[in-house]
Amino acid sequence: MSELTDLGVKAIRDGVAGGEFSAREVAEAFNAAVAGAAQLNAFIVTTPEHALAAAHATDAARAGGKPLGKLAGVPIGMKDLFATRGVQTTAASHILEGFKPEYESTVSQKLWDAGAGMLGKLNLDQFAMGSSNETSYFGNVSSPWRKAGSNAALAPGGSSGGSSAAVAARIAPAATGTDTGGSIRQPAAFTGISGIKPTYGRCSRWGIVAFASSLDQAGPMARSVEDCAIMLEAMAGFDPKDSTSLDMAVPEWSASLDANLTGKRVGIPREYRMDGTDAEILKSWDDGIAWLKDAGAEVIDVSLPHTQYALPAYYIIAPAEASSNLARYDGVRYGLRELPQGANLQDMYAATRAAGFGDEVKRRILIGTYVLSAGFYDAYYTQAQKVRALIARDFAEAWAQCDVLLAPTTPTASFALGDKVDDPLAMYLNDVFSVPASLAGLPAMSVPAGLNGDGLPLGLQVIGRPFDEQGVLNAGLAIEQRAGFVARPEKWW
Amino acid sequence: MSTYRIHGATGEWEVVIGLEVHAQVTSNAKLFSGAATAFGAEPNSQVSLVDAAMPGMLPVPNRECIRQAVRTGMAIEAQINAWSRFDRKNYFYADLPQGYQISQLYHPLVGEGSLTIEADEKAGIPHDKVIGIERIHVEQDAGKLMHDQHPTMSYVDLNRSGVALMEIVSRPDMRSPAEAGAYVRKLRAILRYVGSCDGNMEEGSMRADVNVSVRKAGDEFGTRTETKNVNSVRFVMQTIEHEARRQVEVIEGGGTIVQETRLFDPGTGTTRSMRSKEDAHDYRYFPDPDLLPLELDAAFLDECRASLPELPDAKRRRYVEELGLSAYNAAVLTAEVETARWFEALLLEVASAQGKTPADVAKQAANWLISEFFGALNKAGHELADSPVTYAQAAELLALVGQGTISASAGKQVLEAMFATGDGAAAIVEREGLKQESDSGAIEAAVDKILADNTDKVAQYKAGKEALFGFFVGQTMKAMQGKGNPQVVNEVLKAKLA
Amino acid sequence: MSVDRKTVAKIASLARIRMDEAELDRMVPEFNAILAWVEQLGEVDVTGVAPMTAVIPQALRLRDDVVDADPLTGGGVRDAVLANAPAPEHGFFGVPKVIE
Ligand SMILES: [Mg+2]
Ligand SMILES: [Zn+2]
Repeated sequence: MSELTDLGVKAIRDGVAGGEFSAREVAEAFNAAVAGAAQLNAFIVTTPEHALAAAHATDAARAGGKPLGKLAGVPIGMKDLFATRGVQTTAASHILEGFKPEYESTVSQKLWDAGAGMLGKLNLDQFAMGSSNETSYFGNVSSPWRKAGSNAALAPGGSSGGSSAAVAARIAPAATGTDTGGSIRQPAAFTGISGIKPTYGRCSRWGIVAFASSLDQAGPMARSVEDCAIMLEAMAGFDPKDSTSLDMAVPEWSASLDANLTGKRVGIPREYRMDGTDAEILKSWDDGIAWLKDAGAEVIDVSLPHTQYALPAYYIIAPAEASSNLARYDGVRYGLRELPQGANLQDMYAATRAAGFGDEVKRRILIGTYVLSAGFYDAYYTQAQKVRALIARDFAEAWAQCDVLLAPTTPTASFALGDKVDDPLAMYLNDVFSVPASLAGLPAMSVPAGLNGDGLPLGLQVIGRPFDEQGVLNAGLAIEQRAGFVARPEKWW
Repeated sequence: MSTYRIHGATGEWEVVIGLEVHAQVTSNAKLFSGAATAFGAEPNSQVSLVDAAMPGMLPVPNRECIRQAVRTGMAIEAQINAWSRFDRKNYFYADLPQGYQISQLYHPLVGEGSLTIEADEKAGIPHDKVIGIERIHVEQDAGKLMHDQHPTMSYVDLNRSGVALMEIVSRPDMRSPAEAGAYVRKLRAILRYVGSCDGNMEEGSMRADVNVSVRKAGDEFGTRTETKNVNSVRFVMQTIEHEARRQVEVIEGGGTIVQETRLFDPGTGTTRSMRSKEDAHDYRYFPDPDLLPLELDAAFLDECRASLPELPDAKRRRYVEELGLSAYNAAVLTAEVETARWFEALLLEVASAQGKTPADVAKQAANWLISEFFGALNKAGHELADSPVTYAQAAELLALVGQGTISASAGKQVLEAMFATGDGAAAIVEREGLKQESDSGAIEAAVDKILADNTDKVAQYKAGKEALFGFFVGQTMKAMQGKGNPQVVNEVLKAKLA
Repeated sequence: MSVDRKTVAKIASLARIRMDEAELDRMVPEFNAILAWVEQLGEVDVTGVAPMTAVIPQALRLRDDVVDADPLTGGGVRDAVLANAPAPEHGFFGVPKVIE
């Protein structure tokens, strides 16, 4: 038998259910792996006791002949953007250091209800703002991957960089992520794992620290499409506490997985073939096209004419929402309070927020504040929301011609930590392929397509119609089966 | 036209007034959370994680709050917007946990409407006047800061944070403190009829931002100031009086009025600039991304309309036209929803006790209620809402008077005793022996004796000195120790003297 | 449109983020670079296009007027509300004294 930590969600669940090993053994193995991977800095806090308690409950239930949950015996990593009762929840920001919520996010609660346990709270870009996990107050996360012949630390992607690093390094079989403009898909692509952002509203946002409310969606990150499907089934579902939650039944995506795409049409958005895109990325895209044809799909050329405007629109809308969502971090009710000698209330706010927020967070709050301010609102925010409507319309028109879209997830493979930190715009361009689907609220996933010449993973992105996670997962599965991606980072930590 | 003017050194100034009334929507739970709204609870005991703006908390709107705002809009015959939207108004203050207030700026729930204030000569309102209402939007209330409990700290209580408010914005249509006072009273009456706000100004359920400017007649509007959170009709009027005079003094002294937020001091009846709100606000309104547009369907709107009660103007008209009440009485009885309810209950009770229609007894009941009952109620130190005499008990008394069982003057005595003892009218009449004699046999006997004893006067009367009729009545009543039913005495005398 | 240092300082103050001179110096060019980049949106012809109001078309759901129906969104949880407060005082949140 291979090591327990090499197993994914389904293998662990089925193995526990079938008595091949106990949930406790699994939890202990992963707890040990987590403890041994401090160099990755994937976790902000670890919670081995939580994982063990869940494992104990699963083993007891099994011994008692009771029915087991969808994720019984599976210990997972929880992005530190989800509020977890009694466990520090920071959004990787100093401003929330020490904050222990008295509540559990809907998504994490659903995971615990399904029998999962928590290995710890995963590092991320501060308030999910970033694409390399370099904006965390708690330090960078290192990708477990390295370029062939180099020891330079690489970006695990972001903002769900702790999640991608942990899953790729096999210190967690799966993790939660959140995706606002690509924060599940881009780190998944950088680390050779899979991740799906479902349709906006599939997963409740209740209890997830908000970045940009109209874009934020939770989703799973794992090492197979099937694991993603299983985990998403547990995470999704209607929540009356979230006004934007979809009041729809959650399909049994994992049971309906089907890589036969006969009769399906796959659109190739011509505007994604941008100047300056890495040749190896383009090559992997061509591979993807060939695989989907091989799976029976008809591949057609489609146009999404407003694609180039997605990223600038995103960088108005997301900061605008963030500037308002982050106003609550003011030092009054929880979190950091900076109270210089003689400070009045407004001084306290300014000092607290200056000390509590990192540079990227400040940058986005300022941009957001500016674009909403008197006299600029229409030129920036209203215009961006109109462009967003056009981007959504582009997709709607594409669905008249095809069932899913195939594109690269990112314009490049992972880069070295430090490479882009001084150039915010260059960093933002990481999300150029992932942001359009976010703006339109569409389900989209990244699956590994292969390695580039440096031995680094590349991802392919499948974008689907609203509510058609099944179509996305099926196409993802077809790619997964044909890409035969088995590469894994060599252990150096 | 109002003739209210400020007499300045350079001539007469007209005052222009607009009011933004914040009315707490009557609901059990808050606008976006399930926490209670009751007044006077322990600090922070009615605060949910949502109201405290914990990370990741989300708003879900309360249907009842929307419903009450729509019903209020319908009551002022306003445009109801079936498509509206919540916006965030961003600013930092310790009573505002989210750092923004969820309100409506761009697409309010209720659009243009109006209400009519009634003519009141004494108050300088010569004619009925229509006051335009620009909009009603729904928004969250803020929490409360307490400044006097600690030497260096203010304390924050979030119990009110997130309570639903309707902001009712008038047009700048008022021209005198009296008009503004009448507007607030009328608005309050309508809200209470509709049941969308309890109108309790002492508890802060209703408060007004008073916008005042002055101008020479015929000029453009002047620069206005906004005095915040004025919480009684009297204070609204005082604010206007003071603010108008102050502005005239500033302008005539060569100064200019700055558009600013001011605070009313009830102790001195004056206003002062609010320093804490001085820095220029830029609220950065934008649609709340946690909420979708609010779309109301026909069934919802139909229910709102169907559930509206008869409103004060319609009721007043009906009292005059169908019940035959005087305009004055109709106005008094419809001014407050409790009064009208009480009156109508009384009317039904009286009518059924006497086997008559409400219209038959309305005038008598209205007169009695206003001239006698309210006086006694007042004397006993009560309001109608907590009257120790119920409408059923009052109806019993009215029936005793109406049927002639007791005299009108005995009725007054009985009413006082009812307030004093809490006993029913019949019991008091019995105990005090106030029943009057209506038996025509006994009255005839008394009359016969009087006429026999005064043959000279009878002769004079029959010769044409009709004024003597009063003398015979008086003598008869005296003989009967005041208990003769005056109506029967009259009838018998008329017959015998014919 | 290019913004100057004073504007950035004003925005920072509006956002209640204290910034010293050095921070402002760093922020101004970054701020302008981002603004210059997003301004390409102005090229898009949006004639007749309504700004997006809902990502996924759906109607706003309303809640029943029931107190404390769900403990997670109801009141009566003062301890939980104050549990992380930097300066809890007799059931209140303490803040530096405000003069109104
Ligand atoms: Mg106001
Ligand atoms: Zn207001």
